[in-house]
Amino acid sequence: MKKTINVNVKHLTRVEGHGNINIKIRNGKLLEAQWEVIETPRFFEAMLVGRNWDNAPWITGRICGICSIGHTLASIRAVENAFKIVPDEQTRKLRILLKHMETLQSHSLHLCFLVLPDLMNAGSVFPLIDSHKDVVVHAAKIKGLANDLCDCIGGRRLHPTRTVVGGFTKLPAKEELAAFGERLKNIVKDLMVVADLFTGFKLPDFTRETEFVSLKGTAGYPFIGGDVVSSDGIQMREQDYKKLTNEYIVKQSTAKWCRLSRESFAVGALARLNNNFEFLHPVVKDIAGRFGLIPVNHNPFMNNIAQLVESVHVVMDSITLIDELLSSKFTEPRQEVKPGSGVGVGAVEVPRGILYHSYEFDDKGKIVKCDCVIPTGQNHANIQHDLEALAEEFADRGKDDKEIELLASMLVRAYDPCISCSVH
Amino acid sequence: MKAKESESKTYLGIPLYRPKVAFFEFSSCEGCQLQIINNENTLLDFLSLVEVVNFREAMTEKSDDYEIAFVEGSITRNDEAERLKKIRKNAKILVALGSCACFGGVNQLKNRFNNIEWVKKQVYGKHPIDTAPVRALEEVVNVDLRIYGCPIKKEEVEKIVLHVVLGKSIDIPKYPVCMECKANENICLFDLGEPCLGPITRAGCDSWCPNNNAGCWGCRGPAEDANVGYMKKIMKEKGFSEKTILERLDCFGGFAQFPELKKKGKH
Ligand code: SF4
Ligand code: SF4
Ligand code: SF4
Repeated sequence: MKKTINVNVKHLTRVEGHGNINIKIRNGKLLEAQWEVIETPRFFEAMLVGRNWDNAPWITGRICGICSIGHTLASIRAVENAFKIVPDEQTRKLRILLKHMETLQSHSLHLCFLVLPDLMNAGSVFPLIDSHKDVVVHAAKIKGLANDLCDCIGGRRLHPTRTVVGGFTKLPAKEELAAFGERLKNIVKDLMVVADLFTGFKLPDFTRETEFVSLKGTAGYPFIGGDVVSSDGIQMREQDYKKLTNEYIVKQSTAKWCRLSRESFAVGALARLNNNFEFLHPVVKDIAGRFGLIPVNHNPFMNNIAQLVESVHVVMDSITLIDELLSSKFTEPRQEVKPGSGVGVGAVEVPRGILYHSYEFDDKGKIVKCDCVIPTGQNHANIQHDLEALAEEFADRGKDDKEIELLASMLVRAYDPCISCSVH
Repeated sequence: MKAKESESKTYLGIPLYRPKVAFFEFSSCEGCQLQIINNENTLLDFLSLVEVVNFREAMTEKSDDYEIAFVEGSITRNDEAERLKKIRKNAKILVALGSCACFGGVNQLKNRFNNIEWVKKQVYGKHPIDTAPVRALEEVVNVDLRIYGCPIKKEEVEKIVLHVVLGKSIDIPKYPVCMECKANENICLFDLGEPCLGPITRAGCDSWCPNNNAGCWGCRGPAEDANVGYMKKIMKEKGFSEKTILERLDCFGGFAQFPELKKKGKH
């Protein structure tokens, strides 16, 4: 069929940061499909040079307003690895709990406030407040709980105050934790309502074979540190992040792009789930089954469902973590830090995929070099390749400009891109 | 002008006029905007006070018809400056939202290097990239109201918006964080051997960091009559290095006008 398609989206809405989508099809031939990132760089990697080690988590947390906890924890892990500090069990558990709640907060924000409007034919969540108040209330309750627990453990839901190299400046009261344990048990019902709602939607039918990269689970679903694995069979240590990301610069983007075995790869909830399905909580595997989400799934729109599945998983895991924390005696929250020269890398699975921080220090603990590789930065090339395939395929299926614009926007949103973070 | 809507909402029995508000962001982490939707308990009440006509991070519809513009982030490229000037033209009230907008925030840390080419090379190598020294909003346009903090405190924003809607005057604390910290009965961090900028930093955050046993980094900028020289002297007496003090003072840009900070880095 001869078809002409023009799509120009300037500053795509309902994503974090600034990106454009341009698609041009003439006589059924794809001339252009471009995911353009125009965000202004802030130069965090230069900013930190010459500053003391304790600046790293405090400042790099400001790379991103949505996953500031993830950045702070990746930064702390990198510094601790450089200074050979091993966090104790209590700190480890509290950090994972904190990170779980950031994941829940971020996933629920994305699913219910940014993605849902597309599935319900609305421009934003605001009209849904009147038309589907119950859903919005469930979503706000889930997100509210996640944020409250972040306050309780990290001191603040955004740019946490208690998280430091060596541990925490302050511990939560046990009574508070116990109360959160109860709230978490109750929130499962709300999550099920959201899950039921999503089973009613048909996500776009589109697949493109993709390499998926994530941390590798060993005893459980992976969150902080360890080896990195790809669905194409690569496995490396987190220290080798440069070989895993191979950053390069392209004209259409102020964020760098990445590649591994192929021209692009994907990170994020779908990648984690595809690579670590066996470690999901049993209840959660059932939910995945209801959506036909079985590894390895190559439909990028299923990242939304993977986020939903992970939301329930982190709640189940948090309930266990709180039980364990409550049954142990709290010890000193903070280890002593002995700064010195060295290099450290920290890899953390944040809501949108693997995040790497790396620092080099001189003998006084002053930062000589800093490097951060952001999940969305790793996804940009994959978004680009998906976009090309999607535009061609759906133009072929006879979709018009408006329909392709919506599908392309939904595709980019499915990755839950954090654009300003990827440019940093 | 907006009779229909003003009839539908009331506050303490008084009919309210719902101003049209728009949110915009420049170079930032977008966290201050998120703070607006991060307070789930009061979000719906807050939304009933105003009519949101522009909020790219949350909605697809856009409009240039607004009265209050909340602007987050700092200006780091000329296209941003041009966009900001347009917003200024459209808005009756322009509010700088957060420390990036008020004084450059952490972004202005790149300004401490003399050579911007070195900064670019650190991140992009030889690849050409467009960037300029970081500016606060008020270095480009007139700013009517400032909401300080990195991040902003949601309660403060809600109070300010409510006051704008009610036509009440807005007062942001001029006294230092220490006052709030004392009222919160915290143990002073100096007694625990930690540095803290509470004595010279503008309050309003309810001593957020010291409440969590972490020292203040001055994200809200200087309190009225802040004596930075004296602060440095006290910190030195407590055994903190010049570097520790300066790194806290220059972190968010709020103290940039003080002579104690006029030094530049080696690049
Ligand atoms: S002031 Fe802080 S929280 Fe607000 S946008 Fe800037 S970096 Fe983010
Ligand atoms: S901890 Fe900081 S804010 Fe609190 S009293 Fe001491 S110096 Fe002031
Ligand atoms: S205590 Fe200081 S650094 Fe912390 S929020 Fe308040 S002003 Fe900002």
